[in-house]
Amino acid sequence: MAKSTSVLGRSEARAGLLMISPTALYAVLLLAAPLATVLLYSLATGGRGVVTWDFSLANYIEVWTGPVYRAIMLRSLLVALSVTVVTVLIAYPIAYFVSFHVAPSKKSLWLFLITIPFWTSYLIRVFLWKVILGYNGVINSGLMGIGIIDEPLTWINYNVGALVVTLAHAYAPFAILPIFVALEKIDRSLLEAGQDLGESKLRTFWRVTLPLSMGGVIAAVLIVFIPTIGDYVTPDLIGGGKLPMIANMMEVQMLKINNKPLGSAIAVSAMLIVALISLAFVLVNRRFLGAGK
Amino acid sequence: MKSRGLKAYAIGYLIFLYAPIALLPIFAFNDSRIIAFPLSGFTTNWFAEMWADRQLWQALKNSLVISGSTAVIATVLGVFGARASTRYAFPGKGGLVGLIMLPLVLPEMIVAMSLLVVLLAISVPLSIFTVILGHVLITTPFAVAILSSAFQSLDKSLEEAAYDLGEGPVSTFRLIILPLVAPGIISSLLICFTISLDEFIIAYFLAGADTVLSSYIYSQFRFPAKVPAMLALGTILVLVSVTLLSIAEFFRRRGIAKTGGKDTGGFL
Repeated sequence: MAKSTSVLGRSEARAGLLMISPTALYAVLLLAAPLATVLLYSLATGGRGVVTWDFSLANYIEVWTGPVYRAIMLRSLLVALSVTVVTVLIAYPIAYFVSFHVAPSKKSLWLFLITIPFWTSYLIRVFLWKVILGYNGVINSGLMGIGIIDEPLTWINYNVGALVVTLAHAYAPFAILPIFVALEKIDRSLLEAGQDLGESKLRTFWRVTLPLSMGGVIAAVLIVFIPTIGDYVTPDLIGGGKLPMIANMMEVQMLKINNKPLGSAIAVSAMLIVALISLAFVLVNRRFLGAGK
Repeated sequence: MKSRGLKAYAIGYLIFLYAPIALLPIFAFNDSRIIAFPLSGFTTNWFAEMWADRQLWQALKNSLVISGSTAVIATVLGVFGARASTRYAFPGKGGLVGLIMLPLVLPEMIVAMSLLVVLLAISVPLSIFTVILGHVLITTPFAVAILSSAFQSLDKSLEEAAYDLGEGPVSTFRLIILPLVAPGIISSLLICFTISLDEFIIAYFLAGADTVLSSYIYSQFRFPAKVPAMLALGTILVLVSVTLLSIAEFFRRRGIAKTGGKDTGGFL
């Protein structure tokens, strides 16, 4: 490809643009344009289906200072961050086990086993947790049946903890895969070198394996955090409608109260939160690794 | 050794992953409308009740139309996207590919609501068709990711050999490239189909008066008497998805073997 002149380069650019155009056009029309519309709506004011185009930040002021909205946003953040921490912490040893202690020929099988539950109906999995943790649910009826408790436990249902358990289960495989991929890429001879130089296994893990897999951990954090903060089904089914999160609040404003401008401001705020927290994680990771990456 | 402890942990983790799903068949065959222990007896009534449910069949039909169309359209768009991003260099590539992949990092509720706002504003009636529009948007990134790895493992010299032997770009694509990436295409079709079938938020908000499988299940959860039949349905759905995924995994591995790559495992 030494004779790749500017003419060839230009024709390659044209061919590439032509090739990507159907897919890109679809994304522009059905993603970029709607997102721009939501942004525009968020600057209008209105209610009960009426929209006034006055380009003010009134909706944002309401969303960020109103006590109800603040409480719901803080709950969403708390739930999403707890789910992320729990999921990633319990996922790391699994990814480590599959990468370092499973024979190469059996790795695909383990990954397959881990990913199957993720492909079974999300709704049904969430509902099953309601059935498991509910007041008259599987745990309570089971424990009462064998006589360990006399009355149903109430601390396991309809609270933030139940939301966290359900979501942590739903997003578990998402956390394992990126960490596994990062661990697989680690050059095993580095670990041997660490031990040859007199480091203990634990210190080798702490000083070599963990930092080298940090990229995968950050990817896992983002993959779990982003969908959980926007989850709609779990607060509705597990929280019994009493623990709404951002997505439920969006539905109420957009459809039930029919205040699209305020609903749009919530959507934009949610995107902003997601973007800022994602950025923070990525920056922390950079810091952690120094200039290495 | 440490490895044994880790293995015990891994098995415990798999139990945690599978335990809720294991409850599905247990209560789908349990002879009681109340989902609790102790079990009261064996029955297949819930499967019969589910089978006789007319609305469920209509919802399933709608879902199959949506998932089938979504899988085909997303995979076609995925072929264009993956081919462009693996084979060509062009200005604005990062931005365009980023936009196409954006739904992966956007909460689904935001995708659903922004589409809904636009559809309502230009008064497009909500139906199965609008659900397909949304589903294609969120499954295309998966298609692009799967197909990119298929296109990437393609040996460029095969394509050049075809050109040297006088084939044009279209026939080269049809005769050389397409057969080599065929396993990737099949696995993309299956995965987009499965994601679309399982998707709830977009299907719930963009379907209007039409019901699809996931929104039908969701509405039935409100009636405790209907729950056992839904668990029976869930049991069948789990079996179907496991079968589809096993087929997808089979084709993915065969594809890797065909292009002489190394198996790095996993779909994602």
